[in-house]
Amino acid sequence: MKVEVRVYPRDGILDPQGKAIAAALVRLGHSSVQEVRAGKVFFLDVSQKDPAAAEAEARKMAEELLANTVIEGFDVRVLS
Amino acid sequence: MNFAIVVFPGSNCDEDCAYVARELLGCEANLIWHADTDLKGADVVVVPGGFAYGDYLRAGALARFSPVMESVAKFAKAGGPVLGICNGFQVLLEAGMLPGAMRVNRGLRYVCRDVFLKVENTDTPFTRLYDRGAVVKMPVGHMEGNYTAPAADLDALESEGLVVFRYCDEQGEVVDSANPNGADRAIAGICNAAGNVVGLMPHPDRCSEPLLGNDAGLRMFRSAVESMDARGAR
Repeated sequence: MKVEVRVYPRDGILDPQGKAIAAALVRLGHSSVQEVRAGKVFFLDVSQKDPAAAEAEARKMAEELLANTVIEGFDVRVLS
Repeated sequence: MNFAIVVFPGSNCDEDCAYVARELLGCEANLIWHADTDLKGADVVVVPGGFAYGDYLRAGALARFSPVMESVAKFAKAGGPVLGICNGFQVLLEAGMLPGAMRVNRGLRYVCRDVFLKVENTDTPFTRLYDRGAVVKMPVGHMEGNYTAPAADLDALESEGLVVFRYCDEQGEVVDSANPNGADRAIAGICNAAGNVVGLMPHPDRCSEPLLGNDAGLRMFRSAVESMDARGAR
């Protein structure tokens, strides 16, 4: 089963990378850009057959390792 | 007196720390490979700088799962002095042995230069030989030194006196222009509530002998030796 975990800076946590990307986009002429937050995506392939079980396991993985929950939030989506 | 220096794949300041312990302080120092769990009777543990596990995922994130870290946690829990320098500090944060986390530097660049630090806590085994409020110069070299923690944790660090070092200017003023990475409240180093676990971004190991133009960092290591002597260690 394929699961996607998205990890991103929590709201209110300064994201220097996102800020730099936003500034670069504006310089390129994309003047509509107001904010960018940069994160990571993990594509997991797990052996669970049940989507709910796969999601629960991926959520645990995010809490234990993939995200640092002091500064990062995450969400989990079962793809197939 | 016996130092254990933890070595992860990607550590690169382990030999510098061992050199300080052996050559400058006349102590014994063992390099402990991350897959080992025996700290060889250490009196002090140092988690040195470098790029443990290539900083994959996040700096320090994978190193905390190394077998040696269980021994380090046990050693710390028993009150043993543990010093995390730079990447070692990041490892201690990821391992939950110190509160908070590191973000990328606000300037988005690797910062490699001397900074000034105000010593705010001299009750730790690594700072007892400094004067409280003293200003010391040490080099930093890092990409993720932008310390943060939830506001409540930051307040607790302040009120309990657990901020050990703060970035300041040469006169000791804590001003934003002296903060190399954007760290919340200009925090450069902290300790745990018991005071025996200390982490800092600057490198005392890189300024421990006059030949290097600065020996301000040697006092951190010497402090540890004197604390242990006071506790009756070898």
